[in-house]
Amino acid sequence: MIRLQHNVVHRPRTIDDACTLLAEYGPSAQLLAGGTDIMVLLNAGLLQADVFIDLWPLDELRGIDDLPDSLRIGALTTFSQILRSPAVERFAPALAAAARTIGAAQIQNRGTIGGNIANASPAADSLPVLSCLDADIELASVRSRRRVSIHSFHTGYRKTALAADEMIVAVHLPKTRTDERIEFYKVGTRRAQAISKVVLGARMQIAGGIVEHIALAYGSVAPTVVRARAAEAILLGQYPSPELASRAVAALDRDLKPITDLRSSAAYRRRVAGNLLERFLRKALQH
Amino acid sequence: MKISLEINGKKHEADVEPRLLLVHFLRDVANLTGTHIGCETSLCGACTVLLDDAAIKSCTVLAVQADGCRVTTIEGLASAGELHPVQKGFWEHHGLQCGYCTPGMIMAACGLLRENLSPSEAEIREGLEGNLCRCTGYQNIVDAVESAAREMAGAVK
Repeated sequence: MIRLQHNVVHRPRTIDDACTLLAEYGPSAQLLAGGTDIMVLLNAGLLQADVFIDLWPLDELRGIDDLPDSLRIGALTTFSQILRSPAVERFAPALAAAARTIGAAQIQNRGTIGGNIANASPAADSLPVLSCLDADIELASVRSRRRVSIHSFHTGYRKTALAADEMIVAVHLPKTRTDERIEFYKVGTRRAQAISKVVLGARMQIAGGIVEHIALAYGSVAPTVVRARAAEAILLGQYPSPELASRAVAALDRDLKPITDLRSSAAYRRRVAGNLLERFLRKALQH
Repeated sequence: MKISLEINGKKHEADVEPRLLLVHFLRDVANLTGTHIGCETSLCGACTVLLDDAAIKSCTVLAVQADGCRVTTIEGLASAGELHPVQKGFWEHHGLQCGYCTPGMIMAACGLLRENLSPSEAEIREGLEGNLCRCTGYQNIVDAVESAAREMAGAVK
């Protein structure tokens, strides 16, 4: 039995201990990993929590497993580890590209993939890549382990499918085929330390001249990271052409709900989202 | 909460508030004021130190999270009165004017050179992207790190 305390930072040493603490405290506990999001809120007085559960010492949550059909990335794996991983570079290079744009070196050394998923920001740079790769999120609690698709994990603005006693333990990325084109694009005020205005994770496979598979996942243009299903439907099964690309770009109006905020305007975001799609299609078709 | 950590090779033990930031621990408890506080939002990089040899921003890490870790601050670089090559680089290439960003800039450069001992100019600029300097325009900082990398590579050979 773990003794409950307030205004305290617990530092469990096993996943089981962390889950037990979460089950005891429930929603009053705040999980903490690298702290690159949480600590900023805490310093600004925007986060009220008496109990922190610091996951950083949980080495069993770190590392990248190269499995036959997928990569399993532990939730505490940092973006520095991701961008230096040969397995990620080979099977999910767009994730390495995203990792490179997150904050800068110091943030990449502390920021974790699990934290980026749990923080549920619509501007999270890794999420469009996870979405276009159809990743699964592995969750643990004292009750069970379960896997949730990235597509149903983020349920609303900064809302997730996590139960109060659950934590993310890993993300599973299906390996991409070598004939697939996958790109990550980010537009922000500056390259480093800037929250994105628009992010695109895009994946396309052409077979027999037609679009066999297409996945377009946008960040910063809706309450959550979203798949551009209308634009995908226009492209799927068609022979790519500039005319088709224009129709796909037009369809983005049905997929995206950008807002005007301190980083950008809705009109700018809509325009840039279309430009990024055009850029991706042009580049993908050159191969 | 009781914590024990090694700072610049010296063991420190203390009983700290759970909410104490590492940067405040370094400055106010360990009396190592070389690490500066800039923005407290992890944007400016002034508070950069090495935590287990990786550059991090100490304004967004709790002191209790450094329990059991090794911390290197600007005070831990020079040895026996001899400046560290990165410090020497900043000295010789005028890599600072007001000096406020300098400890963080130097520690970020040390973090970069731990990963990559012969960085290109582009890699140096990328490695220091998390640190802001309002005086120099960065060119002399890049020159300083290039010169430090050359000296350190020479020392390794």
